[in-house]
Amino acid sequence: MNFDDTPQEAEFRDTARKWIDANAPKEFEAELSKSSLGRIRLAQHDMVEVGKAWQKKKAHGGWACLHWPKEYGGRGATPIERVIWQQEEGVFGKLTQPFQIGEGMCGPTVMAYGSEAAKQRYLPKLASGEEIWCQLFSEPAAGSDVAGLRTRAERRGDGWIVNGQKIWTSGAHYSDYGLLITRTDPNVPKHKGLTMFFLDMKSKGVEVRPIKQANGMQEFNEVYFTDVVIPDSQRLGAVGDGWSVSLTTLMNERMSIGARLATGFPEMFEFCSNLMTEDGPAIDDRATRSKLASWAVKTSGLKYTSYRAISALSKGERPGPENSIGKLVAGVMLQDIAMYAMDLEGAAGVFTGEAEEEARGQFQQMLLSSPSMRIAGGTDEILRNIIAERVLGLPGDVRVDKDVPFNKIPIKGR
Amino acid sequence: MNFDFSDDQKQLRDQARKFLAEKCPPKAVRAVLDGKAPYDKQLWKGLAEMGFLGVAIPEDFGGAGAGHLELCVIAEEMGRALAPVPFSSTVYLAAEALLLAGSEAQKRKWLPAIAAGEAIGTLALFEGKGNPSPQAVKLTASAGTLNGAKKPVPDGAIADFAIVAARTGSSGRETDVSLFLVDLKAGGIEAKALTNIDPTRGQAELSFKNCKAEPLGASGEGWSIISRLLDRAAVLIAFEQVGGADRTLEMGRDYALDRIAFGRPIGSFQAVKHMLADMYVSATLARSNCYYGAWALSSDASELPEAAAAARISATQAFQHCAKNNTQVHGGMGFTWEFDCHMYYRRANAMALGLGSLSYWEDALIDRMRKKNAA
Repeated sequence: MNFDDTPQEAEFRDTARKWIDANAPKEFEAELSKSSLGRIRLAQHDMVEVGKAWQKKKAHGGWACLHWPKEYGGRGATPIERVIWQQEEGVFGKLTQPFQIGEGMCGPTVMAYGSEAAKQRYLPKLASGEEIWCQLFSEPAAGSDVAGLRTRAERRGDGWIVNGQKIWTSGAHYSDYGLLITRTDPNVPKHKGLTMFFLDMKSKGVEVRPIKQANGMQEFNEVYFTDVVIPDSQRLGAVGDGWSVSLTTLMNERMSIGARLATGFPEMFEFCSNLMTEDGPAIDDRATRSKLASWAVKTSGLKYTSYRAISALSKGERPGPENSIGKLVAGVMLQDIAMYAMDLEGAAGVFTGEAEEEARGQFQQMLLSSPSMRIAGGTDEILRNIIAERVLGLPGDVRVDKDVPFNKIPIKGR
Repeated sequence: MNFDFSDDQKQLRDQARKFLAEKCPPKAVRAVLDGKAPYDKQLWKGLAEMGFLGVAIPEDFGGAGAGHLELCVIAEEMGRALAPVPFSSTVYLAAEALLLAGSEAQKRKWLPAIAAGEAIGTLALFEGKGNPSPQAVKLTASAGTLNGAKKPVPDGAIADFAIVAARTGSSGRETDVSLFLVDLKAGGIEAKALTNIDPTRGQAELSFKNCKAEPLGASGEGWSIISRLLDRAAVLIAFEQVGGADRTLEMGRDYALDRIAFGRPIGSFQAVKHMLADMYVSATLARSNCYYGAWALSSDASELPEAAAAARISATQAFQHCAKNNTQVHGGMGFTWEFDCHMYYRRANAMALGLGSLSYWEDALIDRMRKKNAA
């Protein structure tokens, strides 16, 4: 048992480190280090533009989409090399946010189902950040039950006409292409009537509208489709096979290992160490210590769980199912930590201004944003179902709509 | 990075699991639970023959000289099987104390006997309620003579020798505490078995009246040795707890698959599935923290105090959580003497206290993290 690199890994790390040292946009390092909890803002520059410049540089150096084949703009790297790269890229990795959906989900789907011509045309530009992709799956009436989606694609001549609405699309406003799942046959059960496409986001009839979120910010979009024409050559997989194509996309989403989830614990530990209460430093209080200790062991537990997965990758093995616990643990923790930090501030805990009190609004922001952590990318409940069914082998849910044609499924609760 | 046990260590784990499945079925645990014997002597002998008792004892002292990673994988299996033997008191506490502070002669005398299954040892630290602290040590030692009482002493009624914490000074500092090694078969000691929530591991009160004892380690070094000993034992016991947590998760899962209610296996109801998923989360977090503890223990890393506290807290929480929810999944049947759920529930809650309660280790973890941050 050790934390050391193998000689090959050490060599790779050294090469990566030297390249990053010589090429990274160091002028943004301080600002990027400060932005915590997944929120990235650069005071004087557009995040997407700075990100594109970094991605392009990486592509030229052979450091973009590391695990992709070289012919499509990648490096043909092993999974462990990808993890090492992420560790070395450090805070500059935050700049890759606009490209993550393309690299992690859209690209792999095109790679698995696209024609050779499509792969040659789209993947290298996706890898180099020249073109950004988004994923158009969720709908207002199809969240956890995404197979219940209603956006229609109807055959017309050589192409398809799309009408409907998608929601929670990250980056739609700056994306060039989108991966779109549609319903092509409402007369068969829901999983069987779906078809996958990709489309130019500048197509006529595509309208992107930002969503104002519960925390007051705008990070996601709604996308409306009105008689949008998509050529049949942009179909991925067979007509009616959209569900199994989407599983490729979603499986790739869950493969990302070593990505550190924000738990809020380091911020909370520092806050409790510095906060003076009537009875002395908050960290000396018994109840506070008990909570901190529980959060500490969850945080370290997640860290060492990812180390176990990295070790498996290092040996060329497939990591076990342990990593499926990450978001489930981190999401609730963020919310609990925010509430307790504010409780320690007493009446002044309500203030959100950066000039107010010791916490400078960070836990208030955390409180207002944390509900999304427990919903986006699989709700806590869906994640528990996944663990129960795929890890523990418990039976799937009873599905009353399984053999019912989609257009016969009730659409109102009462 | 190779943050995993080696293939040899995994093989040892399989070997231990197979051995315990055969020699320590629930029926064997129940024999001790029902008071038919104070511990399973046959199993104890078998563990010695397998080399498990001395796995971390150097070959020079009659052990296998393997190491603490090997002991961790065996500990996990002991916890899984609820082995009703004085393994933790003898191996994690007494043998470790001898290895940390024993003289050559003391090691020669007791370590080979432990490895051979011929001596049961324990640590006599507590004196009634409360957590480990130098101030709580009241039993006195003067001129090598002990006077006072200790309880609870794990396996105290069946032990052959004990490491006893005693007060040798009155400065009010932790250097007032020294350790002594006492042959319990010699005179001046009264051992009384006390009933406890987990009868499969005995607890006793030891009373010392003008009892002759030899020092273990230097005078005034007692608390420093105890602190290191507790950290080392915390990791090993955490592995037992992880073994128990995993086993109760499996028991709950299996029952949820078999039991039909409302026309379906109860494991198809989300209320039950989610309870089991949460148990998996606890057990996984605990296992990962324990691996880090195992690394720190086996490599004598300076991170051991923090790693041990984290492993101890995480594993205590996981075993308690899994044991209690396993009973819940079993419904009424889980509350019968006949089903095994209560044996794990008892063990989980006894183990949560044996080395200092959760609040003690929470305090320790936060203190150690602050110290690290300040450094």
